[in-house]
Amino acid sequence: MTTTLKETPKLVGGPANYLDERLGAGSFLKRNLRKVFPDHWSFLLGEIALYSFIILLLTGTFLTFWFKPGMGHVVYDGPYQQLRGVTMSEAYASTLKISFEVRGGLLMRQMHHWAALLFVAGMTVHMLRVFFTGAYRKPRELNWIIGVLLLTLALLEGLTGYSLPDDLLSGAGLRITEGVAISLPLIGTYLTFFLFGGEYPGEDVISRFYSLHILLIPGILLALISAHMILMWVQKHTQMPGTGRTNQNVVGAPFYPAFMAKAGAYFLFTFTAIAGLGTFAQINPIWLFGPYTPADISAGSQPDFYMGFLEGALRLMPAWEINFLGYTLPLSVLIPALVPMGIIMTGLALYPFIEQWVTGDRREHHVADRPRNNPHRTSIGMAAVTFYGILWLLGANDEISSFFHIDLYHTTIFGRVAVFLGPALVYVITYRICMGLQRKDTEVMSHGVESGVIKRMPNGQYIEVHVPPAEDIADHLRGKAPIPVVSGEPDSEGIPPKGARSILGKAKATMSKKYGTEHIALEEDHGHGHAAIGSGDGEDRKELH
Amino acid sequence: MTSNEQSSHEEDARVPRRVIGTPAAGTAVLGDSPPPAPAEDPAVVLPDPAAAKRAERLVALLFLVTFLSGIAFIASYVIFQVGTVDSTAASNLALGGSLTLALFSLASGIVLWVRRIMPKYNLVQERHLMVSDTDTREYVDKTFVAGANESGFVKHKLLRRTLLLAAAPLGLAPLVLLKDLGPLPGTSLRHTVWKKGLRLTVEGTGAPIRAADFNSPGGILSVVPEGYAHDLNALAKATLILIKFRPEQFKAGTIKNWTHDGIVAYSKICTHVGCPAALYEQTTHHILCPCHQSTFDATDGARVIFGPAARPLPQLPIGVDSEGYLIAQADFDVPVGPSFWERGDAEAEAREAREKAS
Repeated sequence: MTTTLKETPKLVGGPANYLDERLGAGSFLKRNLRKVFPDHWSFLLGEIALYSFIILLLTGTFLTFWFKPGMGHVVYDGPYQQLRGVTMSEAYASTLKISFEVRGGLLMRQMHHWAALLFVAGMTVHMLRVFFTGAYRKPRELNWIIGVLLLTLALLEGLTGYSLPDDLLSGAGLRITEGVAISLPLIGTYLTFFLFGGEYPGEDVISRFYSLHILLIPGILLALISAHMILMWVQKHTQMPGTGRTNQNVVGAPFYPAFMAKAGAYFLFTFTAIAGLGTFAQINPIWLFGPYTPADISAGSQPDFYMGFLEGALRLMPAWEINFLGYTLPLSVLIPALVPMGIIMTGLALYPFIEQWVTGDRREHHVADRPRNNPHRTSIGMAAVTFYGILWLLGANDEISSFFHIDLYHTTIFGRVAVFLGPALVYVITYRICMGLQRKDTEVMSHGVESGVIKRMPNGQYIEVHVPPAEDIADHLRGKAPIPVVSGEPDSEGIPPKGARSILGKAKATMSKKYGTEHIALEEDHGHGHAAIGSGDGEDRKELH
Repeated sequence: MTSNEQSSHEEDARVPRRVIGTPAAGTAVLGDSPPPAPAEDPAVVLPDPAAAKRAERLVALLFLVTFLSGIAFIASYVIFQVGTVDSTAASNLALGGSLTLALFSLASGIVLWVRRIMPKYNLVQERHLMVSDTDTREYVDKTFVAGANESGFVKHKLLRRTLLLAAAPLGLAPLVLLKDLGPLPGTSLRHTVWKKGLRLTVEGTGAPIRAADFNSPGGILSVVPEGYAHDLNALAKATLILIKFRPEQFKAGTIKNWTHDGIVAYSKICTHVGCPAALYEQTTHHILCPCHQSTFDATDGARVIFGPAARPLPQLPIGVDSEGYLIAQADFDVPVGPSFWERGDAEAEAREAREKAS
C-alpha cells in the first residue's frame, strides 16, 4: 500500500494538456471532477433506463446490418425447415436470417427486445420515484416535461420497433394501430393512407417504420436524454432528507472516482441483466408465429407490456358509435385510444404546474419529500397507478379468464366498474396509510423507539424502555417540510384576500387548504426517551434516566 | 437538536440510541474489530488497509473471471455454428452465458472496489439558486433591448412583416412534400375485390368449395377470393368466414337470399379495429374476435352481442356457379372492417336500397 502517485502520469497529463490548451477543459474539470452526487437506492431507477438505451443503440445497430425493411414477397429457403417454401416479406425473411444464420444474431435480437422492455420499465419506475418524492418541483419542471416526452416517444419507438419483423403477432399490432388511426375524425382515413402508402397493409409501412425507428425517434430520444442529463448535472441531483442535508447543499460521494466507478458498474449490471435475459429467457420467437397475413391471427395475441394499458382500454370499452349527417364517430375506438393516454400523459405533464398553482409554492426544492409527507399527491399518484394498472391487467383478460377459469365477459364487466371505483378506493386507502405513517413518525420523534430493554419497576411492573431514535433516522424524519397553503380566509371585515374572490380563486383556496393542511405535526419530545407501556407517571419516567 | 440536549443523553449510554431491528453498538453482532483510523478529512474515510488488501484479492479474482469468460465468448463464436434450431440454441447459450458471466463479474468487481477499497465519502457542496444575480439580469436585459434596436427590427416595420410573410410558405413546404406518402382514400374503403361470379376458395390450400361438399352443420372455413391468396391488400378486406347451418337456424338478422343451402359468409375482418374475427364457438354460434373479444351471433346476421365492436360483420351474398362451386353474388354492400369518419350509417343506406329493390 505504499505505491501512490506523486503527480499526474505523462500518459494522462499529455493529452489532458493538449485538450486544455484547445478547449479550456481544465476549468470545467476543476468545477466538476469532485461534483457531489447524493446516494439513495431509488436514484438508480432512471439509470436502468439510460443504460438500457445505450444497449438498445448497440444491439440495434448490429441488427440493422442484416435486417431488410422490405415488404416485397420472397419464398423462404433458409435453414428453418418448417417455413421452407413459404411466401413471406423480406423483413420477416431477414429476421429469420438474423435468428438462425447469424452467429449471435438471436442473442442480439433477444437482448434488443429485452432492453426495450427494461427501457420503458426503467423510465416508468423512475418517473414514479420522481413523482412520489416531489423531485419534479421547481427548478426541475422542465426536466420533468422532457421526461414525459421521453416516455411518450419510448412508447412510439417500441410500437414502430416491434412491428418491423412482420410476423403474424406484430402484424396484429399493426392492424390495431391502423384501426385506431382510421377512427380519428376528419383526418383518420387520410392519416392511414399516408402512413401505409394507400390501403392497409400496403408495401410501405415497414420501411417507413424502419426509418422512424432507427433514425428519427432515436435521434430525438438521444437529444432529449442528453438534455435530461445536462439539466440534472447543472441543477444537481435532489437528495433524500438526512443529517446535514438542506435545500442549500448536496451531500454525497464525488463524481471522481467513486460515482464514476459506481455508475460504470451499474451500467455493467444492467448489461448483465439484459444479456442474461437474452440468453435464458426466450422472447418473441417470430419463427413460431409465421409470416403476417391480414386473414389470420392467433388467439392470446398480446402486445409488449407497455402497450397493455391501451389494449385493456380497447377491450373494456362498450360499443359506442355515433352516426350523424353521414359521418361516423367510432367512440368505442376513439375513447380508449385517446382518453387514458391523454389523462396519464397530460396529467403527468401538468402536475408540477397545477401543484404550484394550488400551493402557491414558488420556492426551489432540492430535498425530496417522503411520499407520506404529501398525502394528497401520493394518493393522486396511487389512484393513477391503479387506473393504469387495471387497464393493463384487463389488457390480458383473455389470459386471466382462461387461467383462472373466470367467464371472459365477467372480467370485462369487472374492469368497466373497477377502472372507476379502483382509483377512488385506492385514493382513500393511500391517504389513510400516509396519515398512519405520519403518525408513526410523530410517535418515533416524540416517544422514541422500543429499546428491547425491559425494566422492572419498584412496584413490580414491567416496562419496555423507549429511547430516542438514531440520529440519522431522526434527521431523515425531520426532513418533513410543511406544504404551503394559499389563504382564502376572509379578513376581519369578512373580505376574502385578492386571489380568492373569483370562483377559480375560491376553488384554489379550498384545494390548497385540503392539499397543504398539516394534520399530524412532527412534534419532538426534545430527546427525552421514556417508557411508554403502562407508565403514565412522569415520576417513573424520570427514574429511568 | 442542540449540543446541550445531546450531552444530556450521555448518561443514558447504557441504553443506546437505535431503531427497531438494529443491534445496539458493542453487541457481539458487530464483531470486535477496531474502528477505522481517523482520517485527515472527516468526509473521506479510508478503509482499513488490511481489509482493502483482502478485497483486492477478491476483485482480482472477479476480473480474472471476466477475462476467462471473454475468451470463452470468442471461443464460442468460433466453436458453435448456427443453422438449425438446436445449434442456434446452443450457440445462443454459449455466447450469452459467457457474455453474461463476463459482465457480471466485471460489474461485481468494480462494486467491491468502490465499496471496500475506495473511501467512504460524505462530501458537502453548496447549492445556489438557479436564478442569475440581479446585475447579470439587468445587463442581459439592457443588452437585449439595445441589440434589438440596433438591428432595426423594431423600427423597420416593412422588414419585419415581409420576413414573417417570407417564412410562412417555407414552413408549409415540408408538409406539402409529404403529400405523396399515399393516394387519397377516395371510395376505395367501400369496395373489396368480391364481385359477381368470383369463386370462394379455402384459405391456405386455395381450393374452390363445392357447396355440396361443405355439408356438415356447424362446419366453418376461412375463405379468400380465388386468385388473391397472396394479395395482402385484398385479403385485408375480402377474407371471409364461411359457416354451414341448417337453414331453419337463421334468425331475422341474416339475409336468407344471400345464403346458399344454409351456408352463410361474413366478413372475417372485425368491425372494431380490424383483427380477423377468427374464433368460432359451435354450440353457441358465436364468432369471437381474439383481439378485443367482440362477439357476434353467426345465426343472426353476425349481430354484436358483446364487446367493443359497434356493428355486425357484413354479410356477403353468395350462390353457386354451374359447376356447384360457391361464388360471390356481388360485393359487400357496406364497407368492411373498422369504422372511419366518412363511413356514415352505411347499414341504414344499404337496408333502404335493398327494400327499394325488392
